[in-house]
This record gives sequence, structure tokens and C-alpha cells, in this order.
Amino acid sequence: MPLWWPLLVASLLFAIGVYGVLSRRNAVLVLMGVELMLNAVNINFVAFDAQLRDVLHGGQTFALFTIVIAAAEVGLALAIVLLVFRTHGHIEVDELRELADRDDPTELSGAAS
Amino acid sequence: MSWVEAIFVLLSLVALGSALLVVTTSHLVHAALWLVVTLGSVAGIFLVLAAEFVAWVQVLIYVGAVVVLLLFALMLTRAPMGRQTDLSVRRALPSALVAGLVGVLLAVTVVAGFRDVRLDLDHTVVGSAETTGTAVFTVWVLPFEVLSVLLLAALVGAIALSRLRAELSGADVAGTTPPPDNSAARRDR
Repeated sequence: MPLWWPLLVASLLFAIGVYGVLSRRNAVLVLMGVELMLNAVNINFVAFDAQLRDVLHGGQTFALFTIVIAAAEVGLALAIVLLVFRTHGHIEVDELRELADRDDPTELSGAAS
Repeated sequence: MSWVEAIFVLLSLVALGSALLVVTTSHLVHAALWLVVTLGSVAGIFLVLAAEFVAWVQVLIYVGAVVVLLLFALMLTRAPMGRQTDLSVRRALPSALVAGLVGVLLAVTVVAGFRDVRLDLDHTVVGSAETTGTAVFTVWVLPFEVLSVLLLAALVGAIALSRLRAELSGADVAGTTPPPDNSAARRDR
């Protein structure tokens, strides 16, 4: 099989993940987009590992490391999402604007308390 | 087209189709279930590409743990069942434009760069548990240890965030109901 087949699949999967991160409003669905992007990167690692016939298996090992980092990220993100839900009552990323850059600082007084 | 290539194309189509459903479906729980299909197909792609151990780790950690954690998050934030129309509609067109540009750029780059390279899977060493374990615990043992420290830090961070929540709820800042002035400000926008 040509090497560009898995690379093309990884590119398209990454683009789909970018779309999910940009368009979704629920924070958990944004996380799912991030997971798709991480998986696309893993496909690239494994494909190049198979093509280069790496005796150290660097590509597959790095794919494993990426999976571990994704698991840690989801654990932390779950804690943050639950904290946001407790303090705000919703997890819509559009509405979370306390950290946004504003021209008028007094505008903040009504939203953040 | 050999049967390996046919299986690869089939798995890729399933992965891409279900990934599209993950980012476009209007049911919250369905998105998590389509994510299971996507991650399972990616595990199959890993198997085709001779990465056996990575494929099983993908099934164990992604399908087994990460999706369960995401479903937990949906459940604990009281995600409504059924259709939701306001899940992704507002910025769909600019997002699709940016994602399409990213996809076209990446695809054109990799296809132009590796057009002539063949992937010979017949003579590739299969990354079984033995070969992968030997590689991880001999050559990559230092990054492996750093990764364990990172996991410990993530665990401590998650516990610290949960403790913060307990202290806040004691001070009557956090609770199951949002602060009244906050929700009023949200309605004004």
C-alpha cells in the first residue's frame, strides 16, 4: 500500500477534529474533537514506524506515550468541567467569558462575582 | 488491491464517517457512542499497520477508559437526552472553512511529499507485546519514567481541583445552582 494512504486518513481525521473543537459549544464535545486529533497523530506515528522499519520502535512507543498523555488530559479535563458546572451551572464554552480580554474593565463587574 | 489494502480502506472509511458523525450529531450521548466506533476503527488501522500492542492499548485505554470518562462527564453535567438543536449551529460555516483549509493543507503536503514511498507491510516486524516492551524498557526507559511523573502530576492536579470544589461549596460560592446575578448577566447577552 502507498504510504500516503494512512497519512491522508490521518490528515482528514485531524481536520474533522479541528472542526469539532471549533464548532461545538458543549465542553465535553470539544474534548471529543481533541481526542480525534490525537488519534490522527497516532496514525501518523504508527505509519512511519512501519515504513522506516524502526528497530527501536520509536513510532509505536511514541504512540503509546501519546495515548497516556491523552488519558491524563481527559482526567484533568473532567475535573475542570465538573468544577465549571458546579460554579456556573452549565458547560457551554461560549458563555465562559470571565477570562476574556475586554476593552472596558467595568463591563466585567456584572458577569464575574 | 490486496486484502490488506481492502481492509485498510474499509476501516478508514468507517473511521472517517463515524468521526464526521461525532462532530455533527445533535445527540450528546450518540456523539460519545460514535466516538467508540471511530476509536475502534483506528485500533483496526493500527493492527493493519503492524502495531499490535498499540492497537490493544488503544482498545483498553481509549474505548475502555476515556469514553467511559467522557460519558461520566456528560452524565454528571446533566446532559439532556434526545435532540438538541443549539449544540453546534452558531459558527458552523467559519469552523468548516478553517477545518477544510487545515485538511487540504495537510493532505496536499503529505501526498506531495510521500507520493512515491511504498509501505511494505510483509517484511515489517509486528509490534507485539514482547518487542514493544523490550523497546520501552531498554531504549525509551527515561521518557517512560518522565511520563509516570507526568501521570502522577495529573492525578494530583485532579485531586486538587476536586478539593477546591469542596472548599468552595463550603463557602457557599459553588453549588448545584448557579449564582443568580451570573445567570441574569448571561440572559442579557
